[in-house]
Amino acid sequence: MDTPILSVRDVHKTYGSGQSRFEALKGVSFDVPEGQSVAIVGKSGSGKSTLMHLLALLDAPSGGSIALEGTDTRTLRGSRLNRTRNKTFGFVFQQFFLTPRASVLDNVILPLKIAGVGRAERKRRGMAALEQLELADKARNRAVDLSGGQKQRAVIARALVNNPRIIFADEPTGNLDSVTGAIVEDILFGLNREKGITLFVVTHDEELAARCDRRVYIRDGLLVEDSVAVAA
Amino acid sequence: MRTPDLIVSAVANTFRSKTRTALTVVAIFVGGFTLTLTSGMGTGINAYIDDTVTGIGASDVMTVTKVSESAGTGFGGDSGPAEYNPDAIDSGQVGQGTVIALTPDDLDTLAGIDGVLDVQATKSISADYIVVGDGTPYVVGVGALVEGQTLQLAAGEAPDDASDAFEVVLPVSYVEPLGFAENADAVGRSVTIALTDAERTRHLVEATIVGVAEEGIASPAGASIVPNDALTDELYATQNIGLPSDLTERYAQASVWFASDATDAQIAALKERLADAGYSGTTVADQLGAFTTVIDGIVLVLNAFAVIALLAASFGIVNTLLMSVQERTREIGLMKAMGMGSGKVFGLFSLEATFIGLLGSGIGVILGMLAGTAISSVLSTGLLADLPGLTLIAFDPVSIVVIVLVVMGVAFLAGTLPAARAAKADPVESLRYE
Repeated sequence: MDTPILSVRDVHKTYGSGQSRFEALKGVSFDVPEGQSVAIVGKSGSGKSTLMHLLALLDAPSGGSIALEGTDTRTLRGSRLNRTRNKTFGFVFQQFFLTPRASVLDNVILPLKIAGVGRAERKRRGMAALEQLELADKARNRAVDLSGGQKQRAVIARALVNNPRIIFADEPTGNLDSVTGAIVEDILFGLNREKGITLFVVTHDEELAARCDRRVYIRDGLLVEDSVAVAA
Repeated sequence: MRTPDLIVSAVANTFRSKTRTALTVVAIFVGGFTLTLTSGMGTGINAYIDDTVTGIGASDVMTVTKVSESAGTGFGGDSGPAEYNPDAIDSGQVGQGTVIALTPDDLDTLAGIDGVLDVQATKSISADYIVVGDGTPYVVGVGALVEGQTLQLAAGEAPDDASDAFEVVLPVSYVEPLGFAENADAVGRSVTIALTDAERTRHLVEATIVGVAEEGIASPAGASIVPNDALTDELYATQNIGLPSDLTERYAQASVWFASDATDAQIAALKERLADAGYSGTTVADQLGAFTTVIDGIVLVLNAFAVIALLAASFGIVNTLLMSVQERTREIGLMKAMGMGSGKVFGLFSLEATFIGLLGSGIGVILGMLAGTAISSVLSTGLLADLPGLTLIAFDPVSIVVIVLVVMGVAFLAGTLPAARAAKADPVESLRYE
C-alpha cells in the first residue's frame, strides 16, 4: 500500500491555559491516500477548522503527530516549512481573501511570487491557470470588480497556479448562490478527478459533503464518524 | 520572494492607500525640506566664509603689530589716558587705535623669532584720487595683497607681482564712475593715481588696469585698488619723497609667515613668543573664528528644528503603517499561509516605510533646493546686495544625499514596529479575521 499523503495520529490541540484552557481536538486519527476528496463536516465550534489548520501546517498540534508523505511535520521548520506549504498546498477560502485593488492576474500569481518564480514564468503560468478557469479575459481587471463566482474562480486559479498536491477549501461555496456554488464545486471535483489533487473540503453543507469520496464528521473535538463513499 | 519583487510589491503597496501615504509623505517632506534649507544655509554661508578667509589672508600668515599701551584693549581695558609715545603711529585698523611703528630693527627681531619663516612689512599708502584721462577724479584707498591672498575677480586677472609694469586691480564700484561701460572694458585701460609727498607736492603715477575685483565683506581690497609690487614700491617711494630716511622705513604692521602645516598649539606658541618679544600677532582664523562659531551654532539650532519635524513625521509613518498592517491582516495571513517567511513580511513593510521616507525626502530635497535657490537669488539682489559673492543657500551633493539617506533611515526605524507586528502575525488568527 502507498504511503498516505497525510497521516493523522491521535492529534490534540488545546488553546489557552488554566481556566481558559480549551481543548479543540481531543485525539483524532485518520489516513488520507493521495487523490482522495475528503469532506470534514461539523458544526461551528466542533474543531473542524482547527483540524484543517493543523493539516495545512498553519499550526502545530499540541499532541499527536501529522505525517506528510511519511515525513513527520514536526521536523519541518522555518524556511523548509514555508517552502513545503508553498509547493504542496493550495487554499480556497470562503472569504476569498483577494487583494481588492490588485489585478486578477497579480492575485493569482501571488504564490509564485512568494516562491521566487521569475516574472515571465509567473505570467505564463498565471494566465494558464486563469484560462483553465475561463477567467483569462478578466486578467487585467481589478479583483474588486469581479462577481462572487468569478472571485471564487480566481481564488481557485490562485490555489492551482503552483501545481499543488493538496487543495484545502474552507466553505468554498458559503458565499455563493446555489447555481454559482454548483459550478465552483464542479471545478473543484474536476481538478480532484483529472489531476489527482487531494481535496479537503471543510463544510457544514451535507450536499457538498455528499459529493466527496469520504466524509469525516467532527463533533466536540472528536472524530465521530468516518465514512468512505463513492462520489455521487 | 525575490528581493526585486519585494521592492516592487512594497512600492505598489504604498500607493494603495493614496491619501494616507500622501499625508505621511507631506509630514516627511516638511522635515526633509527644512533640513535641506538649513543645511543649504550652512553650506552657503560657510562657503562664503571660506572664500572670505582666502581673501583676507593666507592661513599661514599672521598680521603683527607692536603693542602700544592702548592697543587691543578696547573698552574697559587699562584705565586712564595712554602715555605719549613719539613712535606711535595710526595703525589704520579700526578698533586698534594707535600702534607703535615697526622699524627695520623690529623686522629683524621678528625674523629671528623661532617659527617665523618670513617677514614682510606692510607699506601703507594713501592716495589722493584716481582718474581716467580728463574725467572726474575719485577718492580711493590703496590696498595690498600678501602672498596667498586671492581676489574675487569679476573680470581680468590678479596683479602680477613679478612684472615691472605698473599694474592695478580696480574695485567693481569704480568701473562705472570712471567711465567704463562694463567690467571687461576697464581691463587693459590706463588710470592715473595722484598722491602727495611729504613736501606737499602732488605726483601723478600712471598704471594699467589688469583686473576688476568684487568687493567681498572682507575682501583684501574692499573699495580699494590693489597695485602690484612694482606699483606699490613706486607709490610708496613717491609718497615718502622729502621724508628723512629714518622715517620712511616705519610700518604700521607686518606680515609674518609660519609653517603652513602648523598646528593650533604651534600657532599659539608662536603668538606667545611674539608677545614675549612685545608684538601682537593675529591670524585669519582669529579674526573669523567667532563668526564661524556663531554661524555653525545657528545652523545647528535650525537643523535641530528640522530633526524635530522629522521625528514628528516618523510617528506619522508608524501610525500609517500600523493602520496598514491592521487593514491588511488577512492579506498578511494569506501570504504567510502560502509560505512567505516572517523575514520577508518584515522586509515588505519596512521597505514600504523606507520608500515613504524616500518619497518625502526626495520631494523635500528637490523643492528645498528650488526654494533655496529662489530665496538666495531674491536676497542677493535685495536684502543681501551689500554682500556680493554671498550665496545664502548653497547645496553640495554630499549633504543632499546624506539628508535623503538619513530620512530614509529614520523612516526605516519608524517602520520596524509595524513591520515586526506584521511579521509576528499568526496566519490562523489573521485568516479568521473578519
